[in-house]
Amino acid sequence: MKNIVLEAKNLSFEYPGDEDTKPVSALRDVSFAIEEGSFTAILGHNGSGKSTLAKLLCMIYQPTAGQILLNGRDMTAEGITEKDIMDARREIGMVFQNPDNQIVATVVEEDVAFGCENLGIPSAEIRRRVDEALEIVGMRKYARHAPHKLSGGQKQRVAIAGTIAMKRKIIIFDESTAMLDPLGRKEVMDTILRLNKEDGITVLIITHYMNEAAMADRVIVMNEGKILTDGTPGEVFSQPEPLWEVGLDVPQTTEILYKLKKDGYDVPLDVFEPEQCARIIAQALERGRS
Amino acid sequence: MATVELRNVSYVYNKGTPYEAKALDNINLTMTGEGITGLIGHTGSGKSTMMQLINALLKPTEGQVLIDGVDIWSEPKKIRQVRFKAGLVMQYPEYQLFAETVEEDIAYGPRNMGLSEDEVQKRVLQGAEFAGLHPDLLAKSPFELSGGQKRRAALAGVIAMSPKILILDEPAAGLDPGGRREILGGVKKYARESGTNVIIVSHSMEDMAMYCDDLVVMASGKILMHAPCADVFSRADELIAVGLDVPQITRVAYMLRQYGVDIGRDVYTVDWAFDKLRSKK
Repeated sequence: MKNIVLEAKNLSFEYPGDEDTKPVSALRDVSFAIEEGSFTAILGHNGSGKSTLAKLLCMIYQPTAGQILLNGRDMTAEGITEKDIMDARREIGMVFQNPDNQIVATVVEEDVAFGCENLGIPSAEIRRRVDEALEIVGMRKYARHAPHKLSGGQKQRVAIAGTIAMKRKIIIFDESTAMLDPLGRKEVMDTILRLNKEDGITVLIITHYMNEAAMADRVIVMNEGKILTDGTPGEVFSQPEPLWEVGLDVPQTTEILYKLKKDGYDVPLDVFEPEQCARIIAQALERGRS
Repeated sequence: MATVELRNVSYVYNKGTPYEAKALDNINLTMTGEGITGLIGHTGSGKSTMMQLINALLKPTEGQVLIDGVDIWSEPKKIRQVRFKAGLVMQYPEYQLFAETVEEDIAYGPRNMGLSEDEVQKRVLQGAEFAGLHPDLLAKSPFELSGGQKRRAALAGVIAMSPKILILDEPAAGLDPGGRREILGGVKKYARESGTNVIIVSHSMEDMAMYCDDLVVMASGKILMHAPCADVFSRADELIAVGLDVPQITRVAYMLRQYGVDIGRDVYTVDWAFDKLRSKK
């Protein structure tokens, strides 16, 4: 049994209303536990509560009801001070959607160092961390470049380097590939996978891309502020109907296999690699209907 | 239906400075507006420059841009009229909403065209309808709308100007699959019913495959291909070589050939692949 680093217990959140508007319930009774070193994808359509959830986990918002436990400590308990919350935030990094909104400095390495400087880390240590972080995201040779001249994928990798330099153990990516082209998306996803597999960083990604979700160890699907399904990509995507009902897609590999299965072929649905999918289809056609 | 033509068009940024960069290199392209044209190419391939040339935000360094056979820069003083004719919806247009109500925001463009107030009101309703925006939302502040509704409001503002050419830069970016279908489905319906030339720029090959009729593929400032979707996606190798993607199902079809099942290289939707597989056995 692995260590639980982050846990949501019966979490609910309401956006407060004012004179004209009623409060809006964004999350209702959500519970799950995140293991150390795991890679979780959170799916759901716009307004399903995904981003609210991310902001609660980062302690940007306070839950209306329920608890958030960081390394077993209830961060919503009585007696938790502002300082405790600030300390807790040092465990969790967040990378947002728009690369242009997260760059603050005029030189790449200064941007990566920005967070560390605010933490009051000694300069020699910052130097070491910045170099290491840029190396990890494959941006070392751009250390002295101007961030605004970089591509979207490169800017996102700089933003990721900033969180690594601050030694964040958990990183939440809120649609961090949504504004990138296919090449940039691949760069960022490769970086995320490496951080997770090689450096043991606990990763949560919020995404609309089913192919990205398929790379995770676990997929949590949100709908109307609740968890619709929770399981491995194989478990979640091999049941496409509930996903289709709430307007979500499944990877095209799963979709074609689902159609073949309905047509009487004995094929698995938890296949996300085009190559493997092609092999399974060829074998199924060979065998004929069962 | 308008015809857009680029004749020997080149565009150079920062010409004559150390930062000189050629974005478009002797482009020739004719778009007759039959259906929706998709413009694809990775970042830096020249797509955005091309859009801004058609919308007359940029003036070609060399060559001509013609709309319905007329060089749009022949009378520079009338260039404003060209911009009314070719409407451009930029990426994340919801960030550009600014008026106090949705209605006022949509009316901004038509009013600037000097239309009568009656006509402006008519256009606002038309724009809202095509963009799939419920009339109840018109009196609200744009900032009270959801992300998808804001996107629709911004789109309505451009449609209300009844452009002959509608250029959309990543109209569905950041939306969930349902939202993408609503926006792109709406655009397709609008293209069909209004006879407007629609040009969509997107990185999503699955969306392009689903909604576009023909595709223009850009790479390093040149046009690599201009052909119907099926022809373009059948050249998967070349697309991948210039940093583009093909729909996942196209890759599956491609790999199937290695296993002795040939359903063609031009398959780009799941339904099509399934029909082909059914007819195989």
